[in-house]
Amino acid sequence: MVLLMCAIVAMQIVRERAAPLSTEEEELLYVRSPEAMKRMALSYDSLVADVYWIRAIQHYGGTKRSADPDKRYALLYPLLDLTTSLDPLFSTAYQFGAIFLSEPPPGGPGRPDLAVALLQKGIKAEPDNWWLEHSLGFVYYWWYQDFKTAAYWFDSASKRPGAPPWMAPLAAVTLTHGGNRQASRQLWQHIAQTESNEWFRNEAVRRLSQLDAMDALDGLRTVLKSYGDRTGHPAHDWSELVAAHLLRGVPQDPTGLTYRLENGEVSLDPASQLLPLPKAENLR
Amino acid sequence: MRTVAQVAVNVFKESVRDKVLYNLVAFAVLLMAASYLIGQLTAGQDVKIIKDLGLAAIATFGLMIAIFIGIGLVWKEVERRSIYSLLAKPVSRAQFIVGKYCGLVLTLGVNIVVMVVAWYAVLAYMGTANTPGAASATDPAMLEAVALIFVELMLVTAVALFFSTFSSPFLSAGLTLGLWIVGHFNTDLRNFETVVDSPAAAWLARGLYYVLPNFGAFDVKYQVVHQLHVPASYLLSTALYGALYITLLVVAAVTVFSRRDFK
Repeated sequence: MVLLMCAIVAMQIVRERAAPLSTEEEELLYVRSPEAMKRMALSYDSLVADVYWIRAIQHYGGTKRSADPDKRYALLYPLLDLTTSLDPLFSTAYQFGAIFLSEPPPGGPGRPDLAVALLQKGIKAEPDNWWLEHSLGFVYYWWYQDFKTAAYWFDSASKRPGAPPWMAPLAAVTLTHGGNRQASRQLWQHIAQTESNEWFRNEAVRRLSQLDAMDALDGLRTVLKSYGDRTGHPAHDWSELVAAHLLRGVPQDPTGLTYRLENGEVSLDPASQLLPLPKAENLR
Repeated sequence: MRTVAQVAVNVFKESVRDKVLYNLVAFAVLLMAASYLIGQLTAGQDVKIIKDLGLAAIATFGLMIAIFIGIGLVWKEVERRSIYSLLAKPVSRAQFIVGKYCGLVLTLGVNIVVMVVAWYAVLAYMGTANTPGAASATDPAMLEAVALIFVELMLVTAVALFFSTFSSPFLSAGLTLGLWIVGHFNTDLRNFETVVDSPAAAWLARGLYYVLPNFGAFDVKYQVVHQLHVPASYLLSTALYGALYITLLVVAAVTVFSRRDFK
């Protein structure tokens, strides 16, 4: 029996190596109707919701990591919709789902409208959950630059039980200084300091690094302009700026990659994990 | 009473001999493997998922035991012809049926207790390991759901036993499983008038809603996992409903079995 088992394993390895079939397969979601799935799940709604949640994470992670240039995340919203319909109090699915859906390509489908729909659904199920209203305000702030609506949701969140004390001031700052890079920094710092979930904390730290990089890029553009004005030609290499005592060394972004200098224009290295940066015109 | 207890203990011993309790090993392995794998896959939702998985597994393993052993309780004795020697002893048919029922309930009870202990041990480990907000991992309120699962399984056992008094095992399993599934759609039967125009159909559906066992009522898994309050009045009234239905089915099983001619 042991020999037979070994033969089976060996055959599997040989078969896999010898004649691999095409792995191009479309991910399928057989049941898209939450109502139908609720009935089919009988008394196992919560467990089926967990299964769809795991599928949603795998779909998002798998698509994000795939080499396919056309990353479509086509099943992400249906999977999240099924998850939250089967378990309407699955707060994490709303919170993570909104972030996944809003993320612009290639890191996500770039659908803040679906993130808003998902969070609205969550707020309907959990009207006292301040974090969901905060997340909704955040989507309006960060992805729509609709600071009035964002301030409305931050203010509403501040009135919910358990809301942190910084929520009310955040609403006021958003209303008066929305779009200000400093106000955005404040928003992310609150999340980085208070969030218990490691993923959210890391995401906040990444966003703060993006803001640092945007500040650094502005500073470098000023230096480059000053160099061009002084020499009459654009800088081709960072060493020219160092030699001119305009920089102390080759500048690096917060992740440690060197900023790219091409034809006098500075940008992040294409391999930088901080890409894509938020639109500069929206964050003054 | 003593005779009933003797029959019940024999059923339990037979279950142990038939290696029914092996499912406990499967349950423990499932939970431990899941707790490790799920931690890698669920973005910090491992405690919630182990709660869901544990409750679902307790209900499913119990359902399988209740149906597949329940349907053979009477049939096996008839098939092996041991019923003749049994009934020749000072054991009434009613004592035989009630004893068989109590024996399977005892088996289910032991199963559930061991599964719950294993489940809480895994949750306690996860709560102390690394999960934020896991203070509620071993929330004792989850036992409310377990208690109602137990009552539900007792009811399923009574249904299986009832069918096994007059039907073949295959048909009994189908009927019991079918009734269990229909019992989870009871809410739809109650609200049937919203989807049909015919008052007669709506009336019939409403009637079925009251007559068929409402298995959906025993499901409070969602509430306990999300730490929602389940009123004591709900637990008591549902348990009482289950007890009444079980009594009806056991009495019916005794009646049918008493009239059977084994010649």
